[in-house]
Amino acid sequence: MSAFLQYTLQGLAAGGFYALAALGLAVIFGVLGVVNFSHGACYMLGAVASAVLLDTLGLSFWWALLVVPVLMFVFGVLMERLLVQWLLRLDPLYNFLLTFGITLVLVDLVKRRYGVSGLPYQLPPGLDGRVTVGSVSLSLYQVFVTLFAVLVCVAVWALLTQTRIGMIVRASTEDAERSRALGINVGRWVTPVFGFGIGLAGLSGVLAAPFRAITADMGSNFVIILFAVVVIGGLGSILGAVVAGFLVGLVEAYGQAYAPSFAQVLIFVLMALVVLVRPSGLFGREEAA
Amino acid sequence: MSGMSRVMLEVDGLSAWYGEARVLADVSLTVAPGEVVTLVGRNGAGKTTLLRSVMGLHHQVEGTVTFEGRDLRRVRADARAKAGIGWVPDDRGIYASLSVEENLTLPPVVSPGDAWSLERVYEQFPVLHERRAFPGTKLSGGEQQMLAMARVLRMGARLLLLDEPSEGLAPVIVQRIGEIIRQIKASGVAVLLVEQNVAFASTVADRHYLLAQGRVVESLDNETFQSRTTQLLEYLGI
Ligand SMILES: Nc1ncnc2c1ncn2[C@@H]1O[C@H](COP(=O)(O)OP(=O)(O)OP(=O)(O)O)[C@@H](O)[C@H]1O
Ligand SMILES: [Mg+2]
Repeated sequence: MSAFLQYTLQGLAAGGFYALAALGLAVIFGVLGVVNFSHGACYMLGAVASAVLLDTLGLSFWWALLVVPVLMFVFGVLMERLLVQWLLRLDPLYNFLLTFGITLVLVDLVKRRYGVSGLPYQLPPGLDGRVTVGSVSLSLYQVFVTLFAVLVCVAVWALLTQTRIGMIVRASTEDAERSRALGINVGRWVTPVFGFGIGLAGLSGVLAAPFRAITADMGSNFVIILFAVVVIGGLGSILGAVVAGFLVGLVEAYGQAYAPSFAQVLIFVLMALVVLVRPSGLFGREEAA
Repeated sequence: MSGMSRVMLEVDGLSAWYGEARVLADVSLTVAPGEVVTLVGRNGAGKTTLLRSVMGLHHQVEGTVTFEGRDLRRVRADARAKAGIGWVPDDRGIYASLSVEENLTLPPVVSPGDAWSLERVYEQFPVLHERRAFPGTKLSGGEQQMLAMARVLRMGARLLLLDEPSEGLAPVIVQRIGEIIRQIKASGVAVLLVEQNVAFASTVADRHYLLAQGRVVESLDNETFQSRTTQLLEYLGI
């Protein structure tokens, strides 16, 4: 029982990374129609930036949590303005290839600069302990990550559902062309939404920094799982991305615990099952299939 | 219906392509304020493509579209909507991720003088008020059609592009849509109506264009249209 609870928490914490990053991937896909392959690399940059900021400027985890998403937002805005925007009118495949290329460049740049062995990053002071709930001892950091990810998802959810900007983003995520035909200047939201999505990937990376080995390659596996998350949740569904993020985190954690050699496979089995039963994903619109 | 000032929408020599395939050939038509004009034609004739071209959603086009004297060639879709063109697509275009009320208030109000207030919309369509907090797509087909029309009326559109609003709806709902069209026509709003339901078209329209294989093959007033209904149905194969 105690072990099961620990796996669950581990799954929820990992699910938090997936949910935040998938949320970013979903709004970018929705509003721009871009499948951002570089999302994993941006997650990696978030983690690397945390380690580098600690090493060079002595910025603590808490500062990184604040500063890195902002830096990644700016990075996203630059990426969109300098590169992505020029291909938006073409077949979506072009931007997929572009972001794939960006991924290779980013990964190699980080490898050149910081090598292939992991950068060190300690659990932040105050969060390195364990909490005991009844007879179960849990990692305080995992509890924190889970709660924090849920909190950010709720905040993003509130932004999306309670504000006019959020309404426009939801509408454009569902159908950008139709929104244009209803007088919405979708183009005006493209750059901030891209930056916001990259910022979320970066935030996910900061949270992962004390928890995962920080290497240039840490995003390559991550992004593949993210795609599974988005497919399971339903392309273009924001709620779907969040729910599927946590679901995939749990499946992965249980898999690692009870069937280690199948942990990865299980995620894709889940994806295949969902697609078989509901081709448009758990929360996707049926006609989108 | 002559004289430039009486023309709200003018389509002149419009051709449209999908890749190599030409689906509209040199189409010209006009719609005046307060006029209901239908576009009748069988499946694949190019009716939807024509509306999408007027809306600025189809880009492989040649020819001109003029709205209230303004050449729209270089005007994007969102600016065309802001100029006062309201699009009601064939799938109604209701957002699943927005509530009924959000569906109504999403488009900006483009001309405050013409725009229906939310109160007026709810008064006209009480069911939308009842269901205002529901996701838009939880409404029935007929209610979604009302919502799609109410949405562009709340925006203050002066030209409505209606793509087969009667399709798949029960006769009583079709009748209700006819009433709404007559009502908005009386307020000076122009309607370009795509229809395959010839009987319905003849109850609301002033004039008709017959579209076949991307060309306007005939332009008729409603009287002639009615007297030749059987012949036209046969010709159109509908
Ligand atoms: N996205 C597309 N790509 C290629 N061809 C298309 C596309 N959309 C429509 N067409 C073709 O263009 C022609 C006109 O289509 P359009 O949808 O405008 O016809 P329509 O008159 O609205 O038909 P319907 O009554 O079925 O709605 C058809 O031959 C159709 O097959
Ligand atoms: Mg059509």
